[in-house]
Amino acid sequence: MHPILKLVAQRIALGILLLFAASALIFVGTEILPGDVAQSILGQTATPEALANLREDLGLNESAFSRYFNWLGGVLQGDLGNALSNNKNIAEAMGKRLGNTLFLAGWAALFSVPLAVTLGLVAVRYKNRWPDKMISGVTLATISLPEFFIGYLLIYFVSVKLRWFPSVAIINDSMSVLEKLNAIALPIAVLTMVVLAHMMRMTRAAILNVMQSPYIETAELKGLTPFNVIRKHAFPNAIAPIVNVVMINLAYLVVGIVIVEVIFVYPGMGQYLVDHVAKRDVPVVQACALVFAAVYIGLNIVADIVSIISNPRLRHPK
Amino acid sequence: MANPLVEIKNLKIEATVYPPGEKPHDIVIVENVSLTLERGQVMGLIGESGAGKSTIGLAALAYGRGGIRLSGEIFVNGRDILKASAKSLRKLRGKEVTYVSQSAAASFNPARRLMEQVIETTLLHKLSNKRDAEARAVELFAALGLPDPENIGRRFPHQVSGGQLQRVMTAMALCPKPDLIIFDEPTTALDVTTQIDVLAAIKNAIKETGVAALYITHDLAVVAQVTDEIMVLRNGKMVEHGPVKQIIEAPIEAYTKELVSAHSIEHEEKPPRDNPVLVVKNISASYGGGVQVLSDISVELHPGQTLAVVGESGSGKSTLARVITGLLPPSQGSISFDGKELPKALKQRSLEELRELQMIYQMADVAMNPRQTVGTIIGRPLQLYFGIRGAEKRRMVIELLDQIEMGEKFIDRYPAELSGGQKQRVCIARSLAAKPKLIICDEVTSALDPLVADGILRLLLDLQKEQQVAYLFITHDLATVRSIADSIAVMYQGKLVRYGPKSEVLSPPFDDYTDLLLSSVPEMRIGWLESVLKSRKMESAGN
Repeated sequence: MHPILKLVAQRIALGILLLFAASALIFVGTEILPGDVAQSILGQTATPEALANLREDLGLNESAFSRYFNWLGGVLQGDLGNALSNNKNIAEAMGKRLGNTLFLAGWAALFSVPLAVTLGLVAVRYKNRWPDKMISGVTLATISLPEFFIGYLLIYFVSVKLRWFPSVAIINDSMSVLEKLNAIALPIAVLTMVVLAHMMRMTRAAILNVMQSPYIETAELKGLTPFNVIRKHAFPNAIAPIVNVVMINLAYLVVGIVIVEVIFVYPGMGQYLVDHVAKRDVPVVQACALVFAAVYIGLNIVADIVSIISNPRLRHPK
Repeated sequence: MANPLVEIKNLKIEATVYPPGEKPHDIVIVENVSLTLERGQVMGLIGESGAGKSTIGLAALAYGRGGIRLSGEIFVNGRDILKASAKSLRKLRGKEVTYVSQSAAASFNPARRLMEQVIETTLLHKLSNKRDAEARAVELFAALGLPDPENIGRRFPHQVSGGQLQRVMTAMALCPKPDLIIFDEPTTALDVTTQIDVLAAIKNAIKETGVAALYITHDLAVVAQVTDEIMVLRNGKMVEHGPVKQIIEAPIEAYTKELVSAHSIEHEEKPPRDNPVLVVKNISASYGGGVQVLSDISVELHPGQTLAVVGESGSGKSTLARVITGLLPPSQGSISFDGKELPKALKQRSLEELRELQMIYQMADVAMNPRQTVGTIIGRPLQLYFGIRGAEKRRMVIELLDQIEMGEKFIDRYPAELSGGQKQRVCIARSLAAKPKLIICDEVTSALDPLVADGILRLLLDLQKEQQVAYLFITHDLATVRSIADSIAVMYQGKLVRYGPKSEVLSPPFDDYTDLLLSSVPEMRIGWLESVLKSRKMESAGN
């Protein structure tokens, strides 16, 4: 077998193992939360008999162990269970929400990743000169401000004063892609600002590290322009670290946008999670946590695989 | 043609240094160097490290490493390149002047195929279309003696050997048909047996294409084979300049004479006395249970003697050192030290066993903690093995510093404040502090200039006479072996091909490999390269 296939298979197997470990952690975590689910559904005035019946119905009297495997068995068959609060199927309710979140995260990534990498390249080209300092200064400033603050600033200036984009990012199926983009323009802007600095700084650092190599001098002595030296000779050797930090930020875009969704009232996973935490709806919280864990692990596997493939020594063994 | 190809007038090169704890100040790297190079002429620049020879070579491309400032005049094809714009410099670089560096392995972009990199300049400067450029590259690969010239360009740098990469880099420099090529120590990083073929390929290519060249090296014997003229540099100043024959056979300046006669240490072989301090018996070893890197090695070493282990890279000589020190437990065989069998693995050995066997490495730089003073570094074994502290320790450290001819004033310095030779001396003092019976010296002079290396070898020999310590001296340099060894072990591909007292190993009849190794050592006479290539019995493996 080609060594790359073997490495990739190893990474994927490890990822699956990690996902199982995460599922156990999620289950234990929700298990040790204080309070009783039956009590919180029925409220303070419930009779002991009603509580006992509900516990029986929900299977709360069984051991934690068998409940975990029941839950896991269901998950493996695509059944995330029903929400306690409204008895709706979680997989169905979450499907649409997840789609919305991925839509927002995807567009944010589409803007922020190329922008961050380009800014990183420009910063290297003008290292320690004013363009570099300005890029670093601005991106660090945006990452230093909390998301909600940037969000409200944008709402106040762009939406209320200038009236360019709506302040509330509500989308539905009947809207065209352009209308949807118009609706989510502000959340995209906020998310881009939040993840930009990290990716830009990493791109800059990774390429500067490569710029120390003797083959960069070779390229300079060939008469290449400074930007071509960076693009053709430095960047291909800096892909692995850059992809790693890009993937961590993409994962953040999916699982970390709770606050942004709440600010812009966007119907995504974040809103969904926050709503059901408030209602103490354990199955929904578990399901969301598991999906988030899967996204994180999945994107990191992708980063690993890209790093492996970008290494010519592994791709073309002797 | 009225104008010479290159005319350098009063070149001065300066840099600003930032020493720790001091104010930044300017230093002069090169001063008042002038030279002219006609079309098709080959000139050698020779000197020790720090002589400014690479800096001058790069100046011909108007390039300065790390904030170096060039002043004076450098005319290439009649135009002063120090006054040229960045855009016009890009036309000079890669089109009129190209560069071959010391380490081709590091100078190729690991992420791109060789062919792309070889023809990059030709395409960049729009000298021909892609098909013609590739055809020319294949021609050059063939002319430089690369195997499978049609397909080697499709490989990545890590897929070819160091000697081959150096040839590919020469092809890369020749591809755009430049007027001048700067060769910066192009064979220094290669094994002697590989160096000779690369040298022949370079010489041939220069002759066939009629390109002019500046050939930079510290090895006078090498430069004598390829150039017409030699300029000797020292501390950034020209010492002597003349035709090869005059420089080699009738040097005028004292410094040139010293360079020509380096490696002048005479060492009489001593007969073995007493019982051997080290007996290595039938050792075989492999890394991670994979390919066997040592098979069935047996050698002996007596007190006060030096056993030189020679071979090219990959011959297993450093692995042998790792096995003896216990870093790599052998799969078979035994090691006795002073009559007792040593435990195979490092962890099983007692402190006393560790003390008696010390090591000195090639890179003194990385073998010392940069944040510790010389006193701390040398004092550490005293404290560890003998429990000596305080004033007593300081007294003994000073004694050791005197032994290595450095003295008390160095005791509070940091490694960064020492020269290459001084660093290696500190490493020697550190190993002596343990009062060992055996010191393994792994290529200890390979990174040093010839004159400095000579000093280190003399010191090692003096110390051996005084303290009767035995050396296992690992090296690829046969001149060093001649200077210091009592017995020699020649290794090739993990096997011992020849072993015995120096006088026997170095006298005929030779086996094929020892013959190749001995005949590949550059000799300081014109025409040596051609004569040796004719008389060889065996091809070198590093190609």
